[in-house]
Amino acid sequence: MTKEQKKKLNLVGSYLVILVNGVVLLYPIIWMFFATFKTNEEIFGTTALLPSSFNLKNYIEGWTGTVIPYTKYFINTAILVIPTTLFTIVSSSLVAYGFARFRFPGKKILFAILIATLMLPNSTIIIPRYMLYNKLHWLDSYLPFYVPAILACNPFFSYMLIQFMRGLPRELDESAYIDGCGTFRVFYQILLPLMKPAMFSAALFQFMWTYNDYFNSLIYINSVKKYTVSLALRLSLDAESVVVWGKVLAMAFVAVVPLIILFFSAQKYFVEGIATSGLKG
Amino acid sequence: MNGKKKIRAYRRRDYHAFIYLAPWLIGLCVLQLYPFLSSLYYSFTDYQITSSPVWAGLKNYITLFTSDKEFITSLSATIRFTLMTVPGKLILALAVAVFLNRDIKGINLIRTFYYIPSLFGGSIAIAMLWKVMFMDNGVVNALLNSIGISSVSWLGNPNVALKTICMLEIWQFGSSMVMFLAALKQVPKELYEAASIDGAGKIRKFFSITVPQITSIIFFNMIMQTINALQAYTSASVITDGGPLKATYLLGLKLYKEGFSYFKMGYACAISWVMFAIILVVTLLLFRFSNTWVYYEDSDVF
Repeated sequence: MTKEQKKKLNLVGSYLVILVNGVVLLYPIIWMFFATFKTNEEIFGTTALLPSSFNLKNYIEGWTGTVIPYTKYFINTAILVIPTTLFTIVSSSLVAYGFARFRFPGKKILFAILIATLMLPNSTIIIPRYMLYNKLHWLDSYLPFYVPAILACNPFFSYMLIQFMRGLPRELDESAYIDGCGTFRVFYQILLPLMKPAMFSAALFQFMWTYNDYFNSLIYINSVKKYTVSLALRLSLDAESVVVWGKVLAMAFVAVVPLIILFFSAQKYFVEGIATSGLKG
Repeated sequence: MNGKKKIRAYRRRDYHAFIYLAPWLIGLCVLQLYPFLSSLYYSFTDYQITSSPVWAGLKNYITLFTSDKEFITSLSATIRFTLMTVPGKLILALAVAVFLNRDIKGINLIRTFYYIPSLFGGSIAIAMLWKVMFMDNGVVNALLNSIGISSVSWLGNPNVALKTICMLEIWQFGSSMVMFLAALKQVPKELYEAASIDGAGKIRKFFSITVPQITSIIFFNMIMQTINALQAYTSASVITDGGPLKATYLLGLKLYKEGFSYFKMGYACAISWVMFAIILVVTLLLFRFSNTWVYYEDSDVF
């Protein structure tokens, strides 16, 4: 075998390994999609992937299967997730500007605190936060999500944007100052436009995490009419004594589809976001 | 760092920073430091939601470690969960990253597809999928049977259930993979070339060049994944609800039950501080043995 042929064979081998592993990895999602069209009998005890027919019965019944139709849950989710995401981006980019572009007394220690809060587990602070929100009568509203976002309480995003902003040339600011700009104008007119890709990455992650969040929603929201999709899914699971899995999976699938669409349309930003800042998830 | 650099006096403009940092500073004090400290305080008190906290000294902690059997079970399940998921996830992520760190056609698309499972994070939708797939007569057992392996009681056997949940976590290795891929790109190619000249094989190169070069990012991932693993809630709650025989009763579930079902706030805070203590120890150990701080390096130039 020539060297050339060997190389080719190697390449084919690599693709094969990638393909096989990829199928194994994605099989649960593929299976989930087809299972949304199945009855319980078709879901259990068989390896068959394809359903006997593609009718939308599970989707229609699942959508209206709980007290309130999923339309409302999706609207609630949007009302919770979209402002939280926007607030996070605005507040984190302000913090990033403060850290990345100024030399002020106490900066080192404040930066160290910012990094330390990256490692502060949510579980440790959730009970006093809950008590605080209880006193302020914020429970069962979306304020426990909005307010921390407004106050830049997720240090991941501040850190991510600081790192990005540090990469922007300082000459831009200097020349703007010479032209007589104030600090806010420098931020707003010069840096912000350049920050767009990083802000977009941060927005995607905040969107994804808030959308997927179950624990916090479970704690802070308790009336069904304010339920998000996450909480509604739990409701569907517990709604009937014999779970009709096709319906449950249909709604679970509807819940994950927005993320898949978002991911494919903004893949580049996802990858850059993780790579530059080391986000969890 | 340059020690000789002249330290200039602060200008008026520099103080503008505090205007931009104001929201964060308020948030830090009110929603992070205050809850952090008061949770420590509550952990030493008897605190029901309806009454005010009464100092109880170490009582909560003593109860946790001596008479609350459920807690010990829960702690041990959580530690095992962490010890399985964190290394599992990181090893898989690193292996896949090394394998996908090549320049072949369609590699970006391939990486994208490998990331998909990680999109759903701790979402309940995927936990439900896992539950239905791993039920006794579910598709996983059906597939095993079709190749001649007998069924496993994935959710019903206390020795297996925790592993089933770990698999869900490990399946979502995408973020670590992407971070490792970015780190691998930074490793200077000359190192590998020099090693090749010296006759080093692939495995030798991996352990002598790749791993040392990306240690800081490995440690960073380890810390973050450990923090997440110790607090895990959704998967264990939805898939097995802590069972069977409390085998998957993670600390997250215990905390939720004590705090938000029984409203024993002081007791729940004590649980959360045990979690925090573990996180602290792990983080300090990892920092000690590494230069992870490098990752957060903050030069004073900027």
